[in-house]
Amino acid sequence: MQIDRRLISHFDWTLFLLMLTFVFIGVVTIYSANYNISEQHAGGLPSRQLIWLGLGLIAMCTAIAFDYHHIDRIAYPFYGAILILLILVLVIGHSGGGSQRWINLGFFRLQPSEPAKIAIVLMMAKYLQDDEPARGYRLRDIWVPFVLVGPLVLLTLVQPDLGTAIILGIVFLSMLLIGGLRLRSFLYLLGTGLALLPVAWHFLKSYQRARILTFLDPDRDPLGAGYHVIQSKIAIGSGRLFGKGYLHGTQNRLDFLPAQHTDFIFAVFSEEWGFVGCLVLLLLYVIMIAYCLRLMQRAKDRFGGLLVFGMVAIFFWHVVINVAMVSGIMPVVGVPLPMVSYGGSALASMMFAIGVMINVSMRRYIF
Amino acid sequence: MAVRSEINKQDGAPELRARARLLYVILILALLGLTARLAFLQIIQGERYTFLSENNRVRIKRIPGTRGMVLDRQGQLLIDSRPSFDLLFVPEDSEEPEKTLQLLARYLGREEQELLTVLEENKKRPAFEELVLGRDVDWSTVVAVEAHQLDLPGVTLRARPRRSYAQGPVSAHVLGYMGEIGLRQLKVLKDQGYVLGDEIGQYGLERRWEEILRGQSGGQQVEVDALGRRVRVLHEVPDVPGYTIHLTVDRELQETAFEALKGKEGTIVALDVNSGAILAMVSTPAFDPNVFARGIKAEEWRDLIKDRLRPLNNRATQGQYPPGSTFKIIMAIAGLEEGVLQPEARIFDPGYYYFGNRAFRDWKKEGHGSVDLHKAIVQSCDVYFYQLGPRIGVDRIAKWARAFGLGEKSGIALDDERSGTVPDSDWKRKKYRQPWYPGETVSIAIGQGYLTVTPLQLANMMAAVANGGTLYRPRIVNKVESVDGATVREYGPEKIRTIELKPTTLERIHEALADVVKEAGGTGGAARSTLVEIAGKTGTAQVVEMKGGYVKTEQLAYFNRDHAWFVSYAPVQNPQIAVVVLVEHGGHGGDAAAPLAKKVIEKYIAIQNRPAGAQQVRAEGENRAN
Repeated sequence: MQIDRRLISHFDWTLFLLMLTFVFIGVVTIYSANYNISEQHAGGLPSRQLIWLGLGLIAMCTAIAFDYHHIDRIAYPFYGAILILLILVLVIGHSGGGSQRWINLGFFRLQPSEPAKIAIVLMMAKYLQDDEPARGYRLRDIWVPFVLVGPLVLLTLVQPDLGTAIILGIVFLSMLLIGGLRLRSFLYLLGTGLALLPVAWHFLKSYQRARILTFLDPDRDPLGAGYHVIQSKIAIGSGRLFGKGYLHGTQNRLDFLPAQHTDFIFAVFSEEWGFVGCLVLLLLYVIMIAYCLRLMQRAKDRFGGLLVFGMVAIFFWHVVINVAMVSGIMPVVGVPLPMVSYGGSALASMMFAIGVMINVSMRRYIF
Repeated sequence: MAVRSEINKQDGAPELRARARLLYVILILALLGLTARLAFLQIIQGERYTFLSENNRVRIKRIPGTRGMVLDRQGQLLIDSRPSFDLLFVPEDSEEPEKTLQLLARYLGREEQELLTVLEENKKRPAFEELVLGRDVDWSTVVAVEAHQLDLPGVTLRARPRRSYAQGPVSAHVLGYMGEIGLRQLKVLKDQGYVLGDEIGQYGLERRWEEILRGQSGGQQVEVDALGRRVRVLHEVPDVPGYTIHLTVDRELQETAFEALKGKEGTIVALDVNSGAILAMVSTPAFDPNVFARGIKAEEWRDLIKDRLRPLNNRATQGQYPPGSTFKIIMAIAGLEEGVLQPEARIFDPGYYYFGNRAFRDWKKEGHGSVDLHKAIVQSCDVYFYQLGPRIGVDRIAKWARAFGLGEKSGIALDDERSGTVPDSDWKRKKYRQPWYPGETVSIAIGQGYLTVTPLQLANMMAAVANGGTLYRPRIVNKVESVDGATVREYGPEKIRTIELKPTTLERIHEALADVVKEAGGTGGAARSTLVEIAGKTGTAQVVEMKGGYVKTEQLAYFNRDHAWFVSYAPVQNPQIAVVVLVEHGGHGGDAAAPLAKKVIEKYIAIQNRPAGAQQVRAEGENRAN
């Protein structure tokens, strides 16, 4: 196989360096979250995250290596593989924290619901890549993706992993909208969804219900379900303008924060770096997303644009939902902060997404 | 990789480009929304959350100061005080309470079942209320729990000073007891650093000397993690132990007195006649202050306060009784000093005395025959004093009674002392708006009527009689010492007043009181000792007035029986100790009270003559001489 010289000269260093910046912030914050005061050093999590970074680089290179147009061909097989993995999770999955989300591969526990996010984007880009009808899609025109995405969302819900299920659904809807769904059809969909909410409530696990009730009234159960949000808000708020300093976040250090290295890592970061640090981190995300949106606009073709949009949508929704949940303006659902939260499957998936975008970026000059 | 021309069908996607513009707007809105939220939390409410995070992690752990010890006059332990630890468990702080307890059992080498039972039994307790797994646990437990703290979420140790009263109930009324501070007490004492749940002296020495014994609480500012486990100590203020108090009371004498009163209600007070130091003060029935130290149960407390025999009363200072014939000492002194009485003059006692148209009977039905002052005291002739009373007059009697400290609080450093009553015409006018009737003086003359005294007052009177007229303030504390042994305060004899008495008066009284015990026919023969010569006076205080004939004590209902008194001092030559015994409803003083006084005096003499003990006392005496 011959590699086109132009590909290397057109490599998207901006996106790559932005990605590395996030991973760096992530590892540094994970170090703090994993820090043990009495032993004066962190546990094994930061170095393991670096291993996941290596794994992610392989995933990213894979995503860059071939022309993104070939993704068209692997979209459905990839979807099929993820579907099988999700079913496997239910059968032989590894449980942790009350849910069954992982497949144990020995050295690594794979969480298939993370690449499922990518699978949806690939599949939707493939499905929507042809020119849309003049007045947009009606629901009846695009029943196929519903049938395909439905099982993924359901399988994730029953794990149970409400956060990922929401991300899957919302990324799917975003793709539909950008791909040309009629506004009226979207409103139908939204109406139906709202009407089905009470039914959904029925299927929620009791702890998920508690979280939602707690969100509506955080003081309802301050030592139970409300504990996480209250402690997280205390951590963020007590960071004030400039933070308590690196490794000096007391809420984090003394384990008042739940899931401090994964879903609540933003609270750890906020406590130590304060409002200024948060603003810098959020701006970095905004810069990256804006950069990718520009990439989407300048993509050579509709398929490339859709791919980039789908990946950006994943990042955008993760950041919004994670920060909103940790700062107490949304119920607590388990959604990681992309590239910063600890987790191998998530990091590898996110880096694969970055790889796809770099792929699109560097091939926009090639005819 | 080859580029395929068929894919290159169009230059980008214009419709996506248009929609992307809207996406920028959404992105900026999201950024603004999240930033606003963070600004609200971190800037507007930052101070509040900072406070909450401080509060979250910093706990103040109070370490109460170890309370001072109390020793007797020979340095023997009366109240021991030491820090102790209670082992507590809050199941809510542990994710798996059973597992934690199993682990704890392993560390402590205790039976798992034993700990799990505590958990089982307290299933219905309010959330987050601590379970007491053990009180006053031993040192190895403390070490084990501290060492494995991180494996034992919810398990804590609470420091608590523990009092232990070496003699149990023996000295209960002098030493008093501790109890949790009441809400009303707390309101008053909050400025002095008391907090809810503190133990505070509630009675006796513990209460009156609270300030001295208490010490100062120390504390730790402890950083804790989310499970309340201690991570490190931020600040520490050491606690200051309370002062040690050396009492004038003698532990062994207390035991003898308590033993003597066993099965009776009454009190024994022994004083050093030359200093007012209390050598013994016992009241029965008593209570065990150790019960209070370990935390008295509601029903135990109810039983104590409802008991008809009132075990919580210190009869020595709070009991007010008619002095009966012991008051004849005051009568004789008043008569002699006022010049009303010719001691050699004899009267005839037929067994009764008519005043106006009322007959006052002598305790001896057939009368004492021809009686002078000496015989009247030795045989306790009532008729002699009946006729003497009106001749002296109530106001002069009251004057002499008061001179010897009756009718006024002695000022002993114990709370709730009563003053008794010494009536005179003024008193009667104020209290009843009636004139004094001379017939009432006849009753006063033998220590009945309105007259009441506390046993402590009588003891102090006896001491003044013995030492020739110096009334000392009775005291129970010799010395206050800091933990390192430095003397903080010392208490010496404190004179209330010196009573001017003619030497002949003293001589006659001393002689008569010695003969009460020594002479055949004296009422105090039961106090006669082979070890030491004792002087004394019996008394029998009527509880109900006898209208009919003579009734034997045994025939009366218990609560109507007379109180038995014996007031005494010894040795007759060069007196050292004054002892007063009161046995409630004991009948005649000579039978019921005198033998008890003898036991206490003999014990005292034995202690004095013992080489080791004597050495210690001599050392004290030298100090005083210097």
